[in-house]
Amino acid sequence: MVHSAKLAKQFIEAIPHAQALGLELVHIGKGQAEIAMPYKPELVGDPRNGVVHGGAVSAQMDTCCGAAVMCHAAAPTGTATIDLRIDYMRGANPGQTITAKATCYHITRNVAFVRAVATDEDVDNPVATATGAFTVEGL
Amino acid sequence: MARARPEPMHVVKQRRDAAFMALVDGIPYAQFLGITAERRGDELTGVLNYDEKLIGNPFLPALHGGVISAFLENTAIMTLAWQHFLPLVEDGHMKIEDLTLENIPGFPKTIDFTVDYLRTGLPRDAYARAWVGRAGRRYATVRVEAWQDARAKPFAQGSGHFLMPQPKREKTAS
Repeated sequence: MVHSAKLAKQFIEAIPHAQALGLELVHIGKGQAEIAMPYKPELVGDPRNGVVHGGAVSAQMDTCCGAAVMCHAAAPTGTATIDLRIDYMRGANPGQTITAKATCYHITRNVAFVRAVATDEDVDNPVATATGAFTVEGL
Repeated sequence: MARARPEPMHVVKQRRDAAFMALVDGIPYAQFLGITAERRGDELTGVLNYDEKLIGNPFLPALHGGVISAFLENTAIMTLAWQHFLPLVEDGHMKIEDLTLENIPGFPKTIDFTVDYLRTGLPRDAYARAWVGRAGRRYATVRVEAWQDARAKPFAQGSGHFLMPQPKREKTAS
């Protein structure tokens, strides 16, 4: 298990776009994943206030949801996003790491259902939430 | 005294394009992803210029779903912003020179955004166009489609709700 978690970390951090965003896998296992995105000036949407662009949070959430599907006990060999909906509660505080936590709460032979929440250092006030459906390969 | 001759249309158009591009290029995240925009009249096309760092699955290879989502969302915001600010310029409420990041009250803010992934995003340029269903004073709803080789075969579509930039509220004297 320790070995597969390490493998998953390497796998996710090797995705070219995950690297570009600077994503770091914090935790993975049992249908749950946690991915951190440290603050970078390139990710800013509005240079006047330094708030990270919603699209960057979307990309982080999408990766995190996919990771949650991949580590579900049903052990799919692959997954792809069917649809993902993001709700934005507020702009993330400039300079702070954004952390996404995703849970794959139900899986069938064909579809995995996932929800996720993203927070900055103010953990009681979510930045965004997401719900999505993913394909299930190899079951 | 003779009235000043109106400026030739292409000069006006050039200035508008320059103002718009400056607005788009001012978004660091759009620069990071390599997103640009083209304008034909009131129709705007978002362009996602391919780069290896946009890949999500190196084995296929395929564009990252998050990149596609960000591209759609950005195109929606750009289209909405342009349709919001251009009439203000045309009505003379705003000068085109004032259409800068420092002067505008802000971009539309995403309330929610949903993406449907229809096909694999291939490792090449992608294009997107958005349709504003309705833009009210506070809320707007927008639909977006993205394609690569064939316009009739979109590889992703999205729809979302946005909060329109609010003019600064005058404080009532008390």
